Amino acid sequence: MTLAQLPALVVVVPLVAAPLALLLRRGLAAWAIATAACLFSFAAALLLAGQVAESGAISYALGSWAPPWGIEYRVDALSAFVLVLVSGIAAVVAPFAWRSVAAELPRDQLYLFYTMYCLCVAGLLGMTITGDAFNLFVFMEIASLSSYVLIALGRDRRALLASYQYLVLGTIGATFYVIGVGLLYLMTGTLNIADLAARLPGIAATRPVLAALAFITVGMSLKLALFPLHLWLPNAYAYAPSAVTAFLAATATKVSVYVLLRFYFTVFGVHTVVEVLPMPQILLALSIAAILTASLVAVWQAGLKRLLAYSSVAQIGYITLGIGMASRDGLTGAVVHLFNHGITKGALFLLVGGIALRAGSANFDRLRGLARAMPLTSLGIVIAGLSLIGVPGTAGFVSKWYLVLGAVEAGRWWLAALVVGSSLIAVAYVWRFVEAAYLAEPTAATPGRGEAPFAMLAPAWLLVAACVWFGFDTSFSAESARRAAVLLLGGGAR
Amino acid sequence: MSALGHYNYWVTVLLMVAGLYIVIARSNLVKKLIGLSIFQTSVYLLYIAPGKLVGGTPPILAEGFRLYSNPLPHVLILTAIVVGVATLALGLAIVVRIREAYGSIEEDEILEADR
Repeated sequence: MTLAQLPALVVVVPLVAAPLALLLRRGLAAWAIATAACLFSFAAALLLAGQVAESGAISYALGSWAPPWGIEYRVDALSAFVLVLVSGIAAVVAPFAWRSVAAELPRDQLYLFYTMYCLCVAGLLGMTITGDAFNLFVFMEIASLSSYVLIALGRDRRALLASYQYLVLGTIGATFYVIGVGLLYLMTGTLNIADLAARLPGIAATRPVLAALAFITVGMSLKLALFPLHLWLPNAYAYAPSAVTAFLAATATKVSVYVLLRFYFTVFGVHTVVEVLPMPQILLALSIAAILTASLVAVWQAGLKRLLAYSSVAQIGYITLGIGMASRDGLTGAVVHLFNHGITKGALFLLVGGIALRAGSANFDRLRGLARAMPLTSLGIVIAGLSLIGVPGTAGFVSKWYLVLGAVEAGRWWLAALVVGSSLIAVAYVWRFVEAAYLAEPTAATPGRGEAPFAMLAPAWLLVAACVWFGFDTSFSAESARRAAVLLLGGGAR
Repeated sequence: MSALGHYNYWVTVLLMVAGLYIVIARSNLVKKLIGLSIFQTSVYLLYIAPGKLVGGTPPILAEGFRLYSNPLPHVLILTAIVVGVATLALGLAIVVRIREAYGSIEEDEILEADR
C-alpha cells in the first residue's frame, strides 16, 4: 500500500520537511529533519529504480486523477536513474552540510538554510519524476528560487551579484521553457508528456511546434549552462557556500539535461529533432566549443572552486556532445556521464569545502604544500581529478568510453580523437592542484596540519569511493544508462 | 485581416521583446527586474488569449451553454503569476542586500567595486 505511494512520497517528504525545518527554528533540528528527508528520498528512489528495472515504467496518478487530465508522475528507466543521482547526492551532502554550513553562516540563519535545501531537493526531484510539462515548470521554479537563495547565502558579497545574475538568466531560461510548452499546448491541447508525444507526430513539422522546440532548447540550455549560455555558472559556484556548490554542481544542471533529453527524444522524437531541425549539428558545435574553451579557461583560474566551475561547463559539453550524436552509444555516454560527472564533481566540491573550512578559501596560494597538511583531502581530490580526466579505473573513463564508441560508430573519427585529446586539457588543470599541493613548499598561507572534520571528510570520501567503484562495476550506472538510451530512442520512433 | 486577426500575438511578442530588451540594455538592477517582469507577463497573455472564444461562456454544464472558453490556461497562469511574483520579490530582496553591501544598484559601479 505505502509502496504504491512511493512516487509521490519521494517528492512530498522533502517538500513537507521544508516548512517543518522553518517552524522548528533550531539549526540542529532543522538539519536532522533535512537529513532524514533526504535519506528517505534516496531509499525511495532506490526502491523505485529497483521496481522499474524489474517490471517496467511506473505511472502514478496524483490525487487519482487519471492522466492526461490529472498530473501524472512517471518513473521510467531514465527518470529513475536521475532520481537516484539527485536524492543520493542530497543524502550525502546533507550530513556534510552540518559542519560546513555552521562555519560559513550565522547561527540564527541555519534553519533557513535547511528549509531552502529541502525545497531545492524537492524541486529537483519533482522535475525529474513528473510526467506533466507544466508541473515540470512549477518544480523548476521551486528548485531555481531556492537555489538563488542558497547561492546568495555565500559569505562573499559577490555571492549576491552572482545570485542576482543567476536569477535573471534562470528566469529567462524558465520563461523560454514555458513559452515553448505554451506553444505545444496551443497545438495539441495537452500538457501530459506521454500524451504530447502521441499527438505531435502528425503536426511535427508545423511552425509553432518547431518554434516550441527552439524555445525549449534555448531555455534549457540556459539552465544547464551550455556554452555560451554558461555565464551565470562560474560566479554562482565560486561564491555559494561549499555545501551548496557541491549539491548544485552535482544535480541542478544534470536535471536540466534530463529535461532536455526528455523533450528531445520522448516528446518531439528523433525525427523532428534530427531531421526537421539540425539540432545535433548545433549541439555538437556548441559542445566542442564548451569543452575546448571552458577547459582552457579553467587552467588559468586563481581559485580551485572557479577552476572546477569552469571544468563543469566543459564536462556539460561532453554530456551534450553525447546528446548531439543522437545514437544509442552516444546517448548512453551522455546519460552515464550525467551520473558520473555528478558524483565526481560532488566529491571534488565537498573536498574543496573541507579546504575552505581549514584554510579560509581555496585559492591556489593557500594550497601550496597542502598534501602535508591535509593528506586525505589531497589524495581524494587527485582520485576524483583522475575521474574528471577519464583515466581507466575511474567513473569518468566509462563515460568517455561510450562517447568514443558513439563517435566511432557514426564514422566520426575526428570526434573520437577530440574526446580523448580534450582530456589532456583536463590533465593540465588537475595537474595545477597536484603541483601546488604535492610539489610546492608550504607557505605562511597554507593551513596547519589537520584534516577537515570527520563529518565532512566521510561524505566526500564516500563519493570519491563511488568514482572508483563505478569505474570498475558498471552494472548499475552504464546498464541503467543503456536502458535509458534504448527507451529514449525507442520512445521517439512512435 | 489575418495579420490583425492575431493582434493578441503581436502584443505578446511586443511585450516579450520589450521586456527582454530592458533586461539586457539597462544597468540599473531594479529596472532589469521590471523588464524581467514584463517579459514574464507576455507569457500570461500567450496562454490566456487563445483560451477565450468569442461568445464563449464559463464552462458550465447546463442547458443553453454550448460554447465555452477553456478554463485550464487561466489556472495555469494563476500558478505562473505566483511564480512571477515570487521571482520579483526574491530579486528585489537580493537587490536590497546588494545595495547594503555595495552602496549602489548600478551594475557597472558594482562590477567596478569588486575589481
